[in-house]
Amino acid sequence: MKASLAPTAATDDAVLVVEDLATHFFTRAGTVKAVDGVSFRVGAGEIMGLVGESGSGKSITGFSILGLIDPPGRIVAGSVRFRGDDLVGLDEEALRRLRGNRIAMIFQDPMMTLNPVLRIDTQMVEAVQAHARVSRAEALERARLALDKVGIPAPERRLKAYPHELSGGMRQRVAIAIAFINKPDLIIADEPTTALDVTIQAQILYEAQKLCRETGTAMIWITHDLAVVSALADHIAVMYAGRIVEQGPAGDVIGRPLHPYTEGLIGSVPSHNRRGQPLVQIPGMTPSLLALPAGCAFNSRCRYADEACRAEPPFQRIEGAREVRCVRPLTTERAA
Amino acid sequence: MSATGEAGTSAQPASAHRGAPVETPFRRFVAEFLESPVAAIALAVLVVIVALALLAPWIAPQNPYDLAQVDVMDNRLPPGSTSMMTGMVYLLGTDGAGRDLVSAMLYGLRISLAVGVASGLIAMAIGAVVGLVAAYVGGRVETLIMRVVDLQLSFPAILIALMLVAVLGKGVDKIIVALITVQWAYYARTVRSSALVERRKEYVEAARCLGLSHRRILFRHVLPNCLPPLIVVATVQTAHAIALEATLSFLGVGLPQTEPSLGLLISNGFEYVLSGKYWISTFPGLALLVTIMTINLVGDQLRDILNPRLKR
Repeated sequence: MKASLAPTAATDDAVLVVEDLATHFFTRAGTVKAVDGVSFRVGAGEIMGLVGESGSGKSITGFSILGLIDPPGRIVAGSVRFRGDDLVGLDEEALRRLRGNRIAMIFQDPMMTLNPVLRIDTQMVEAVQAHARVSRAEALERARLALDKVGIPAPERRLKAYPHELSGGMRQRVAIAIAFINKPDLIIADEPTTALDVTIQAQILYEAQKLCRETGTAMIWITHDLAVVSALADHIAVMYAGRIVEQGPAGDVIGRPLHPYTEGLIGSVPSHNRRGQPLVQIPGMTPSLLALPAGCAFNSRCRYADEACRAEPPFQRIEGAREVRCVRPLTTERAA
Repeated sequence: MSATGEAGTSAQPASAHRGAPVETPFRRFVAEFLESPVAAIALAVLVVIVALALLAPWIAPQNPYDLAQVDVMDNRLPPGSTSMMTGMVYLLGTDGAGRDLVSAMLYGLRISLAVGVASGLIAMAIGAVVGLVAAYVGGRVETLIMRVVDLQLSFPAILIALMLVAVLGKGVDKIIVALITVQWAYYARTVRSSALVERRKEYVEAARCLGLSHRRILFRHVLPNCLPPLIVVATVQTAHAIALEATLSFLGVGLPQTEPSLGLLISNGFEYVLSGKYWISTFPGLALLVTIMTINLVGDQLRDILNPRLKR
């Protein structure tokens, strides 16, 4: 790794500090600002929920951190400080050594992310040996321990299995075990429970949270499901059209949302508290990133929107740790 | 483009390989292959043919390369004749040089198969690497490689092979070089097309996220997933290679007279066909036909069970 830059006051205890990150895709139809000025930080052992609808740029944010943006996409601005080092512009070999080692990733569909023709042990040993000069026996032992840690019964037998021989939940546990196997500082989980049944989802959430707490690994949990992160995350950032519209401690963001979009998201989660009443929805759909409305990107769907929203909304800090990008955030008086 | 991450994940069902959980992929593969009786018989015949070719020096009644064992006086004897000198029975008769046709065919089969398989394997290795690199690197490298492939495939294979043999001269090694040159492009095109699909799949992204090197991702992850179509092409191309070698030998530009392949045997007997000595050409011809047909039948069945679109 290259020499560490002088750590600022804000970065010394944080595993990851993303500042003004912008990833644009230069397509024939125009420039798609998939990620447009995103800033957040994740501390050791902390779980950050990155919430947003499809196309809000949350996955691209994850891939940008790992430097895995393929043309026509490119990180055009900002910095990704990982343990003090800026990953943006780092050469490919240095990034390769980080990936899977210091920063790991978990994907949505474990059937697609585990190679169907390779046995579990092959894939896990490979993950170990890509970063550590250890014997196959040693790598195999680490793999067995990792499987054991994510609550897989009879790990020796699972190691010999092919991915298709395992259930969805089991495969995702394997994926999590692979992510944790090299004891990374940061794990980026991209909708890892979306493809699973709710009961399995709960188990996976439990294992992931437990492992993070035990190992001090920071985690970015990317999801469209507020219900999931509200229980899991310490900190929530809500993304809309390539920008973070609100972030803050999980309890505050869920309990008293400041941005109308967050409020809409929370309202969209069906709840037994409002049985019999019509379900709430956010009208319309995510605008095309090629044709965003002027000013606040949410103004076309916001029920509070007026003329003032046609101007670029400021990113304002409210109540210490909370931030919101709205002209008139939903303070207590307004919501009443 | 902004939603590549999300869109790619949800598109495919997770059940592509589900069902039949206990058995290994290999065992299921074998079971599926044997479902078709025609394919099973073809495979059995092919195994016998290969065994015969491999065991030729031990089971052939005569070594047709050893002039001491061949008696020119016995030339062109019909099937079932007995040698005037040694008392040996020529089951399928003898050829123009007095060689026992059974022995000559066994040895010829050996050469034909060896040339076909060797050229097929080397061409497959070259084509697979070239195709993988083209698909993975993309851009100008891919364009350049694929134009060369197109150029190669736009010429008739027999024409290229004839030209090469004319330049290189006769000999087993030269024939193999010519056959590789003719064939590699088919493999390259096949591998590239499946690698283009595979490299977009999530396990490649996941492998990149694990920090694996490009070489490892290409050969350990992408290549094994490209194997099914490659195996199908390999069987068909091996059959082609054997036929092409036979053609070259028949035209007299292939293997040397001293080591006759099936094609050369057919060619040797060709002049006698009209004079009623049918067996010298017919039996090697039948052997060639059966060999190529069984390989193709096996290849067809492989294609049926390896093609996910034809999955029942």
